[in-house]
Amino acid sequence: MAKVVLPNEVARELAGGLKEVEVEAENYRQLLKALDSRFPGMGDRLRDGVAVAIDGEIFQEPFLELIREDSEVFFLPQIEAG
Amino acid sequence: MSDSASRFKWVGTRPVRPDGLDKVTGRANFGADFTMPGMLVGRIVRSPHAHARIAGIDASAALAVPGVKAVVTAEDFPEIPDGELMVGEGPMNFRDLSCNVMARDKALYDGHAVAAVAATSRAAAEEAVDRIRVDYEVLPHVVDVLEAMEPDAPLLHETMFTEGVEPKPERPSNVASRCEFTLGDLDSGFAAADVVVEGEYVTEAVHQGYIEPHAAVASVGEDGQCTVWCSSQGQFMVRAYCAKLLGMENSQIRVTPSEIGGGFGGKTTIYVEPVALALSRKAGRPVKIVMDRDEVFRATGPTSSAHVKVRVGATRDGKITAGDAELRFQAGAFSGSHVQLGCMCGFAPYDIDNVRTVGYDVVVNRPKCAAYRAPGAPMAAFGVESALDDLAEKLGMDPLELRLANAAREGTKAAYGPKFREIGYAETVEAALSHEHYRAKLGPNQGRGVASGFWFNIGGQTSAALHINEDGTAVVVDPNPDIGGSRASMAIMAAEVLGIDYDRVRPIVPDTSSVPYSDMTGGSRVTFSVGMAVVEAGQKVIEELRNRAAKIWDVDPDGVVWENGEARPASSNVGEFEPLSLTALAESSAKTGGPISGQATINARGVGPGFGTHVCDVEVDPETGGVTVLRYTAVQDVGRAIHPSYVEGQLQGGAVQGIGWALNEEYVYSEAGTLENPGFLDYRVPVASDLPMIDTVLVEVPNPRHPYGVRGVGEVPIVPPLAAVANAIYHACGTRMNHLPASPPRLLAALDAAKLPEAAD
Amino acid sequence: MAKRHVTTTVNGEPREFLCEVDQTLLDALRDELGLTGSKEGCGSGDCGACSVMLDGRLVCACLALAVEAEGREVETIEGMAEGERLHPLQRTFLEEAALQCGICTPGFLVAAKALLDRDLDPSETEIRYWLAGNLCRCTGYDKIVRAVQKAAAEMRAEA
Ligand code: FES
Ligand code: FES
Repeated sequence: MAKVVLPNEVARELAGGLKEVEVEAENYRQLLKALDSRFPGMGDRLRDGVAVAIDGEIFQEPFLELIREDSEVFFLPQIEAG
Repeated sequence: MSDSASRFKWVGTRPVRPDGLDKVTGRANFGADFTMPGMLVGRIVRSPHAHARIAGIDASAALAVPGVKAVVTAEDFPEIPDGELMVGEGPMNFRDLSCNVMARDKALYDGHAVAAVAATSRAAAEEAVDRIRVDYEVLPHVVDVLEAMEPDAPLLHETMFTEGVEPKPERPSNVASRCEFTLGDLDSGFAAADVVVEGEYVTEAVHQGYIEPHAAVASVGEDGQCTVWCSSQGQFMVRAYCAKLLGMENSQIRVTPSEIGGGFGGKTTIYVEPVALALSRKAGRPVKIVMDRDEVFRATGPTSSAHVKVRVGATRDGKITAGDAELRFQAGAFSGSHVQLGCMCGFAPYDIDNVRTVGYDVVVNRPKCAAYRAPGAPMAAFGVESALDDLAEKLGMDPLELRLANAAREGTKAAYGPKFREIGYAETVEAALSHEHYRAKLGPNQGRGVASGFWFNIGGQTSAALHINEDGTAVVVDPNPDIGGSRASMAIMAAEVLGIDYDRVRPIVPDTSSVPYSDMTGGSRVTFSVGMAVVEAGQKVIEELRNRAAKIWDVDPDGVVWENGEARPASSNVGEFEPLSLTALAESSAKTGGPISGQATINARGVGPGFGTHVCDVEVDPETGGVTVLRYTAVQDVGRAIHPSYVEGQLQGGAVQGIGWALNEEYVYSEAGTLENPGFLDYRVPVASDLPMIDTVLVEVPNPRHPYGVRGVGEVPIVPPLAAVANAIYHACGTRMNHLPASPPRLLAALDAAKLPEAAD
Repeated sequence: MAKRHVTTTVNGEPREFLCEVDQTLLDALRDELGLTGSKEGCGSGDCGACSVMLDGRLVCACLALAVEAEGREVETIEGMAEGERLHPLQRTFLEEAALQCGICTPGFLVAAKALLDRDLDPSETEIRYWLAGNLCRCTGYDKIVRAVQKAAAEMRAEA
């Protein structure tokens, strides 16, 4: 199961303060679905405008990125251009 | 200096840039250089008040001026509902953008656009500007970030309720949002510390300071088709933003990028473009708007002013156990400072188990801030890197050794959460430590400071194409405005992948209708992402070239390899054939299947973060408070330098912008909330005589996920200088400048304050 | 108000134009003569992007009036190369990557040429002070100073 670290605000508002959750998913789209069925509304909340770090690599517009059994997934704000 | 030198023919060399000749002869066309027949001059009416309700606008006298063809106000732009929308670049609040481009109901800062005119001459336009009567009800204002956070502060937006706090606030405030990043357990981190340092660090708003003011020519046809020529960091951004603000579709607007005279993040949004379009739509003629310098200062950019609190704990032997920071950034009149990014960057160079950073995004009566090189990071790094300097002193440790002992490495959990992959931070500290500069002798009143910095770098949506001309030369279609030599990098990478001469490749930067979408030039993404797309397009071309050669030789394409710019038989089993050059294949393309070209559209993945470490020597004049930068060395992990001269140039330019931020540049507001220094005379950017040469050390830890190992390089170099300079001042005179810029009056006051207790003894 | 007729010499060629009395030389060059190589960065004499030579003196074209060009000689960036042959400064600016965005470049080239016309062996400090009226936000000046040094050395060797 992949380890998912939620953004603080999302954890507080939609996951009862739970910051780290384990999710079974093969790619990012499945991961969002799984999160949404466990915490209704979270899918929408995390669909746009967030970046995600999967095993240390940051993706600005995540969608079908592969998630491994032991992946670590972090949600981050999108990084703006300077 | 790299192992790569031998492997590559063009990567790592320093050829003259393809657009260079035009730029040294005055032929290159920048934003203000474009004209159209029948073009009108557009000028903008700006609020003289920091905060005022607009009770009414009477344009009748202006319209009566001979030559005046149109006046527009917010009423000429559709009202856009609040909320964020996704466009190519990411989420954007178009209501805010619209209200910033043209004030609706309230003027929120000195310089805020409230109306615009178009006339046949500049004189007529200016007279019309003077005759537009705006009925202002002046409101109380606030320009300071801490004052704006007070409960009784004048309120900018009645509908702003702080996001990110529980319970949800019942009263509106100027605090748009609060964010928090945590790692480990802060309390136990500090409990494990033997030494704790803390401080408050203030930086003032600074402007990106590009020398070219914003400029645009817009033309709206009778059929509603629009053309815009302008200077920006992204023609697709201009198209999408203008379309949203004017209620159009992207397909109605074609944007042609001019050469861009600097941006540094300040041209990642729009100001005059939609206004020129609205005026042109109304007047039925092309309209050109060029900002004056004072308009640039009053209404565009700048970066946030910031208030940062930092606390760091460490064990006696120099292991940092906890880092805590609170950042308060003013965003200008609309939410969206880069405080979140600041929160993520401050502690990023270090391996710390327990970190917390909290950020507040605060609106004030100032122009909406825009990105400025590594947005948010320099202010955070100023706090953290100053505190680390204090920590090193308390521990009796060399400040670089302290950084090295705590350096983030591959596998380290970044302070903002995820684990780093391949990074070269420690290598930059080691290079600084072993640099001769670090051991050079210092004289009286002289001091040396060091500091490090981090930036993520970004990838994103990108396109590129490679067309092979009939004579075997090539065109690289590079969709990103060339702000600092990127055409040269693209030509180098195209030449490298095709195996042909650099001089046979010509890059062009086309309009929005001639090439697929690409994200902006910014975030240090272009050499990385467009380079990746160019290489992919090149590989497609090579595949096609192998097919063509296979046809000519009547063999299987697998039997053909592409080497040194020629098609050759893969082995003698394929047959004995003379190699076919690119020129030969191009010349016979009519017979083998028509023109040869390759295009790539990608969402570039696999960015490599960047780190830099700077060493700065200064001399402080105790009589005047003046600071002279004596010597400066910028070390950075650049992945791989495609064109080292332009990479060095990024390091030098970024460092000097940081030096300006540290020593002289600041927005100064009057009691009335008006900007007091909207010109280069009083807003003092560094000039040649202020500076020494800026030495650079390019550390190359290649990014394995880029075909040539590229990381972004442009953002990082502005991050370390604020603290590097402030730390140097401290070591020169014993006074820590917690408030930048350390301009002569401010430093002199600090020196005097430090002397007082002595005098009292 | 009636426009003024101005007869002048620009880059060695006789030119005539009409201008307003209060029009700057910079605007006249750019808008009346189509010489857009001189740039406006500030319009107040603070950035040097508009540097031109007026009767052999380095001036900010944004601070001179167009009517002042009457009967005088104006030299701009467009006249710096001799046909195909670049001035050594133009070449060294390219070789040394002394420009990033290039908006400041015409002004720096005109100003640097004015320096080398009077002194072929300036020290680094002299170069830095001479060019202190020209702002460059991109390069940090390092490569600009080096390009001027290199051109000076080459011109000395030729002299
Ligand atoms: S435009 Fe003339 S000095 Fe800046
Ligand atoms: S190269 Fe951009 S301002 Fe000098």
